[in-house]
Amino acid sequence: MTQLNLQRVGLRYGDAAALIDASACFESGQLVALVGPNGAGKSTLLGVCAGLADPSDGIVCLDDAPIGSLKFAARARRISYLPPDGRSAWALKVHTIVALGRVPHLKPLRRLSARDEAAIKEALDRAGVSHLSDRRFDTLSSGERARVLIARSLSTQADVLLLDEPTAALDPKHQLAVMEILKAEADRGRLVIVAAHALELVARYADRVVVLQDGVIREDGPPATSLSEAVVRDVFGVTAPGGVVPTRLELL
Amino acid sequence: MTHWKLNAGLALGLVGFIALALFAGDTRLEVDHFLGALSGDESLGPLVMRELRMPRVLLGVLVGAGLGASGAVLQGFFRNPLADPGVVGVSASAGLGAVVALYFGLSERFAFAVPVSAVFGAAIGVGLLLTLAGARASATTLILAGVAVGAVATALTGLLMNMAPNPWALSEIAYWLMGSLNDASWNEVRFASPLIVAGVALLFLTARGLDALSLGEETARSLGVEIGVLRILVIGGTAMAVGGGVAVSGAIGFVGLVVPHLLRPFVEHQPAALILPSALGGALLIVGADMATRLISGPGMPLYLGVLTALLGAPFFLWLVRATQRRAP
Repeated sequence: MTQLNLQRVGLRYGDAAALIDASACFESGQLVALVGPNGAGKSTLLGVCAGLADPSDGIVCLDDAPIGSLKFAARARRISYLPPDGRSAWALKVHTIVALGRVPHLKPLRRLSARDEAAIKEALDRAGVSHLSDRRFDTLSSGERARVLIARSLSTQADVLLLDEPTAALDPKHQLAVMEILKAEADRGRLVIVAAHALELVARYADRVVVLQDGVIREDGPPATSLSEAVVRDVFGVTAPGGVVPTRLELL
Repeated sequence: MTHWKLNAGLALGLVGFIALALFAGDTRLEVDHFLGALSGDESLGPLVMRELRMPRVLLGVLVGAGLGASGAVLQGFFRNPLADPGVVGVSASAGLGAVVALYFGLSERFAFAVPVSAVFGAAIGVGLLLTLAGARASATTLILAGVAVGAVATALTGLLMNMAPNPWALSEIAYWLMGSLNDASWNEVRFASPLIVAGVALLFLTARGLDALSLGEETARSLGVEIGVLRILVIGGTAMAVGGGVAVSGAIGFVGLVVPHLLRPFVEHQPAALILPSALGGALLIVGADMATRLISGPGMPLYLGVLTALLGAPFFLWLVRATQRRAP
């Protein structure tokens, strides 16, 4: 059982507050969606959870240990993070990219062990990209790239998966596929926190929706209450009569 | 060992070039001379072999390996195929450091002054570059920052040459800056080898971090890579590998640009796997190019190694600028 606990976390960039007094406790087995308009603090919250940004106030704990107190590699073994900008500087092979998820597990100057290879194979399978293993990343479509990068974050076998807009710029089929992958990971007992804009998708897959507005957690609960008509109107400035309806699109 | 075939091939090629370079030249040498050199024979042939050819070739191997490895690591760190110790002004900074030591006569008081000063110059150069460009530099920012660093170093070097006390000091600095292994002796090897070997060793430690950086700085950090440590390794490694080389051979450009770029497809574009082949390939290129300059040079008209590599490398650089533009508009 893993817990990621935020206690009154705040983060300022200069005078601008990106996150204000955020408290929440996330537990393994949950698929948590972070939603909110652009600039509401979703990426900041994920960064703080990943231990990549130090909060100005408050504290983030992973199972009672402040994240800042963990060694870099130890933290990286427990928390995997996928940034929104899904590019590779070099034309690497898919297998090489997915193998990067094993970096926190590798001993200095050692090569991939059989355990590492098994983890990579499992991650490729779960993300449905085994057939692309020998392809070069730059020859893939954006949907395939997104799945390969998710495989990279799965291969770490971390307890906590943090993903910043993994469904952005994807067609409906790939959006559903990505959410199915994440749901399966949550069902296996991982804690999955994903920032997303597609509200119908979130309403369908998430167990818990955290709504951010101007750096403040506005709502935190099941989709039906977090994405009610009133909240959506206030936060997003759009109208959704009767609240957001879970998407009825299905994978064939 | 990943890509061991490529590395073995390069190593074999390097050994072949070393053998060629040892025996080719104005003075024809035979295997007997080589054996004589090893056993301390004092006649002319073995003497030429031991006191001229051997240190020159060995120095070529060291300088080339340092430049090749630095190029591979700088490209990996900046995630940019245009990075090279020469292009981004590190060689010029090392040159400035060495010229300062020469100019103020520090080398007469302290034997290691020139190499140490060159390493300091190179370290200041890389440090300045990282500060100006930042680790997530785009191609444009990187090249501009490099040009700026190089311009400052060249300007200060020019100032020192401008105020040179006599024409001989001036021409000595000028010829030295053109880059060559003409003055190679065991003394130079003794100066440069500890620095270059230590520098290349530091560069090898960056391997895993460079791989992780392929997916960007945030991903690398989330994978537990300490960017600050990586940056120090890159600065220290390049400064020692390039500074040590520049101190004994002057600025030899474009090796660190061309070699990693040509070898990258053979290691499936993986930055970590590129360091060793680039070191071997850089050594091979310098030994070969230096042998070419020796054979081309006529009496009284020496062709400088740095001039040759620039003549070959600059058009390649132009082509590379075009190619990267087309790939990422």
